[in-house]
Amino acid sequence: MKDVSNTSPQSRQQVIDTYFMEHRAKLIDIAAYLDRIDRGTGGEVSDFRDDFFRRALLILSDGETHRAKRILDLFSDHTDALPQSAEGMKGAAGAPAPEEGGAA
Amino acid sequence: MKYIDPHIHMVSRTTDDYQRMAQAGCIAITEPAFWAGFDRSSAQGFYDYFRQLTEYEPKRAAQFGIQHFTWLCINPKEADDPGFAREVVSLIPEFLDRGNVLGIGEIGLNKNTKNELIILEEQIALAETHNQLVLVHTPHLEDKLKGTRIIMDALSASNIDPGRCLIDHVEEHTVQEVLDRGFWAGMTLYPDTKVTPQRAADIIEMYGNERIWMNSAGDWGCSDPLAVPKARLEMKRRGHTSGTIDKVTLDNPQTFLSQSERFVIDDQ
Repeated sequence: MKDVSNTSPQSRQQVIDTYFMEHRAKLIDIAAYLDRIDRGTGGEVSDFRDDFFRRALLILSDGETHRAKRILDLFSDHTDALPQSAEGMKGAAGAPAPEEGGAA
Repeated sequence: MKYIDPHIHMVSRTTDDYQRMAQAGCIAITEPAFWAGFDRSSAQGFYDYFRQLTEYEPKRAAQFGIQHFTWLCINPKEADDPGFAREVVSLIPEFLDRGNVLGIGEIGLNKNTKNELIILEEQIALAETHNQLVLVHTPHLEDKLKGTRIIMDALSASNIDPGRCLIDHVEEHTVQEVLDRGFWAGMTLYPDTKVTPQRAADIIEMYGNERIWMNSAGDWGCSDPLAVPKARLEMKRRGHTSGTIDKVTLDNPQTFLSQSERFVIDDQ
């Protein structure tokens, strides 16, 4: 992947100073979302979107760069097949369903 | 401060939005034909829509000193019925001589189906025959990466110069391939499902400011017709020069769009 080091006009400290509060709030939003799932009724659930979401969280903390690109790649359909028509197809789910090559 | 919003659906916006955009420095917009939020019941519905885009909307924009340009096509969502789509496509040549028409768009794919691809290829051929610029819609969410690659393959199979095609709605996982293959790239700034002003600035920092623009794609959904000036402020906040900010929000759109002789900005 492309080397993007030192491409920001800001220093690392300036980036933190500019964006910490905004992304602190977004991080807590994610934490609260996961808590909300835990508090939900109905017991354990298996959902391909949730599986992708939790795999994406691991990318956030793996220390490698291009996190946004890698998460978008993770959430992408990597199959080659083209259906003839969209008739009867559901709207985009945000992650590939198992029949589209997503995680089982 | 002047800027161009090169992709916005003003037929779905109020006149107040024109006023606010003009106050924020918008001097021109280009409006691609798109899905109205529901499937139209006849080709005649598109005929009226093309008249709206070429006759009525330019007058509404002009009240606020904004120049209005447009693109014509059947959108990919309604192109999944090839018979119906061909009826609509057959109407387009009649409008290509209108003074504000820049090309064919926004064509592309929605659910990456064979039917959509057939009509995409036929509209690419229409653009080639009539020497038109091309504005491309790429699918959303999990369909984007695959759809973007299929669309670029279809364009590359034609004789249209990739420098006359803009691939819109790029994100971090598609922008590099789009630029590497010689196309222009558009970033759509959307509150929820697409790129934020912050990410748009990130992408420019990582992938450069050549052959790239940003737009609001404001429409009938949750969207922001002032997204481009907000992205300008975001870049300014980070310390980008006014030259860089103007390049991606004014000069680059002007460079790409001026490949059509009809795109002439009056006050420059």
